[in-house]
Amino acid sequence: MDNTNVLIDGRDVRCEGEKNLLEIIRKSGIELPTFCYHSELSVYGACRLCMVEVEGRGLQPACSTIPEPGMKIKTNTEEIRNMRKIIVELLLANGNHDCVTCRKSEHCQLQTLSRRLGIKEVRFKKKAAEKPVDDSAYSIVRDPSKCVLCGDCVRMCAEVQGIGAIDFAFRGSKCEVVPSFGKDLNKVECVNCGQCARVCPTGALVIKSEVESVWKDIHNPEKTVIAQIAPAVRVALGEEFGLKSGEAVTGRIVAALKMMGFDKVYDTSFTADLTVIEEGNEFIERAGKGEKLPQFTSCCPGWVKFAEQYYPEYLPNLSSCKSPQQMFGSVARDTLPKMLNIRQQDLSVVSIMPCTAKKFEAKRPEFIKGNIPDVDHVLTTRELARMIGECGIDFKNLTPESFDMPLGYKTGAGVIFGNSGGVTEAVLRYVAEKATGTALEGYEFKTARGEDGIRELSVELNGRTYNLAIVHGLMNARKMLENVKKGGKKYDLVEVMACPGGCIGGAGQPCYKESDIRKDRTKGIYENDKMQQLHKSQENPYIKELYENHGFNDHKKAHELLHTAYKNRKRTDSEGILVCGGKTPDALKIEVCFGTGCFIRGSQDMMKKIVAHLEANGLKDKTEVRATFCFERCDRGPVVRVGKKVIEKGDLEAVIKEIESKLKAAV
Amino acid sequence: MKTLEMQKKFEKVMEIIEKNGANPARLIPILQEIQDEYRYLPEEIMDFTATCLKIPPARVYGVATFYSHFALAPKGKYIIKVCDGTACHVKRSEALIDAIRKKLKLTQAKNTTDDMLFTLETVSCLGACGLAPVVVINEDIYGQMTADKITEVLGNIIKKEGENNADN
Repeated sequence: MDNTNVLIDGRDVRCEGEKNLLEIIRKSGIELPTFCYHSELSVYGACRLCMVEVEGRGLQPACSTIPEPGMKIKTNTEEIRNMRKIIVELLLANGNHDCVTCRKSEHCQLQTLSRRLGIKEVRFKKKAAEKPVDDSAYSIVRDPSKCVLCGDCVRMCAEVQGIGAIDFAFRGSKCEVVPSFGKDLNKVECVNCGQCARVCPTGALVIKSEVESVWKDIHNPEKTVIAQIAPAVRVALGEEFGLKSGEAVTGRIVAALKMMGFDKVYDTSFTADLTVIEEGNEFIERAGKGEKLPQFTSCCPGWVKFAEQYYPEYLPNLSSCKSPQQMFGSVARDTLPKMLNIRQQDLSVVSIMPCTAKKFEAKRPEFIKGNIPDVDHVLTTRELARMIGECGIDFKNLTPESFDMPLGYKTGAGVIFGNSGGVTEAVLRYVAEKATGTALEGYEFKTARGEDGIRELSVELNGRTYNLAIVHGLMNARKMLENVKKGGKKYDLVEVMACPGGCIGGAGQPCYKESDIRKDRTKGIYENDKMQQLHKSQENPYIKELYENHGFNDHKKAHELLHTAYKNRKRTDSEGILVCGGKTPDALKIEVCFGTGCFIRGSQDMMKKIVAHLEANGLKDKTEVRATFCFERCDRGPVVRVGKKVIEKGDLEAVIKEIESKLKAAV
Repeated sequence: MKTLEMQKKFEKVMEIIEKNGANPARLIPILQEIQDEYRYLPEEIMDFTATCLKIPPARVYGVATFYSHFALAPKGKYIIKVCDGTACHVKRSEALIDAIRKKLKLTQAKNTTDDMLFTLETVSCLGACGLAPVVVINEDIYGQMTADKITEVLGNIIKKEGENNADN
């Protein structure tokens, strides 16, 4: 035996720098079962399914054992086989695993394993009490009764996304994965990226379905139901029907949607082209004035909520452009009723997205006018696959059909939005021509492409060098922002996507465990770009028409329909700490911010002075003083809020004046 | 809680966090000190602590629920710990628990008295097996207890508290 080899079930396998035994065993062609092992995440070693026998050491967990040359490993002994069965049986007994009605059925690793291991009965008594399902959020449904406590979701949220909205709580048999203080998911700092649901091996975390409400609209004869399809969907949906990952199935999606009863099928890439123009112009303006730089992209709703929660000081730097999904919604609502001769309320806009956060985005109040939302329903790629399956459509063998015009025409620039680096490249294709006034040779900016979580590139235009960054994964976004904050990095334009790989790695896409699938999809998107007639958004004839003939040249209209604003967002819905008063429900609320910034600037002293004033003037019973955080105006602290009025910079006089005028008004 | 007390406690929390350098690695000692102040860990204080330490509130909640030492509901002024380790168990610690519950009108589900004077807890071993069965009330250790003796101890505390209140 060679001294860099290990012996796996009697066969020589070469060590090639694998981090652990599990990887080397899988490389040798043996698919060891695991729940808690994910190559993207840290090693946890909790599920004990990957136990193997190492000669001289006994049973060892393969995921957390470092390979050493000469190791003799057995993966299939009687003891190991029995142990795996018992582990799976215990998991099956501990919770509600009713496969036929489970949303994760067919994609559930627990189900797959019990089938693989030939489990015919569960010899253990079922644990009785079922835990309530949390369906408070727009994007994700949490069913703790199906949880196997592998912790994949916890580590995904903390390590890759840098948030930590869910974590283990309690211990032993009472152990659970829950949001902080057992609150509902919509009450905590979750940004709806859904990556937890992507890695969840069971049905404990699933995407909230809007399938039924879409069917309802389709079956309603009054409604004209239209679809918009995001770029990333076309290179992934095929996976659900046994096609190769990365293979574009655009035409077949259109055909399937028409068969299902959609009246018109359009392309989100069309409004991605529109986003390029709007965001490009915004960038040229900001760069010219040298203000609000770096400009951050705003297409990703997970990132937008993240910035609102954690980096409010950078909200002015976010592009004010709506995301392509929402631009499509408002353009459709503005142009289609006239074009199709229907009433506004009869138009139902359905988006098909690779993303779970898009469900949340569509429900943001700024995108709902009157009672009519710009986008009515958001389906993920997987939900679409389910609807196609429900209809019994033979997707693989469909004859491709083409998009409806005009909102179905796009350039390659609108397609590459699905990849990390795509928005940057698409904007560069526009900005480079606009800034230099000359046509580009070729259209590709290959330096914007790649896999790394934080990528930097410089582009020279008209003698000026622009520094750009491309980030995916919110933990990387945090790192990038901390660098910018410290002044270590100066960028002009930064693209951020919450999901690893960009939208093609979205949580609404078919589940994947190997990063190869992500690479295939990325490649598929760039291939699809090559297939388009045009590659620069500014060349899209229908975009030109929109500006010239539909009034989008009018700055006011464009601003109203294509741009939005962001607001500071509290991470949790905590009311803060009651420090004084609060004896009557109509007491005047005085809140002193104790966030880090305000604390350094003296919120403690401020609080003392306010309470002293209230005491001296006998106002304690009419007021309620709370320590709270954070008003996210950290640069202007300490911040005090009296009633609804926010007073900055620790202006005690203004606070007292406001308290007195409010109390006088109350009398 | 009175205003002055609330304000003082909050200032103490700030002090505790500051003293520990707002260091996330010192989460457990910080929570212990906060619990010494409030006799439990109020949710809003845990939330506040998480923000000061720049860690997710879910992590603080995880730590606070993992250790039985931490209480998420207010505890009484006197915490009665009855040892139910092996030695105490065979010396009939169960009878002590029954007697305490009877005296204080507590049940398995309800372990704090309505007047917030007592909280009853069981512990696995106090390491004082020679004195079995053992009861610890706050810092005071009572060895070789019987149902009658512990009832008497509790009676004395109640009497003393009644006198204190009368004096005030």
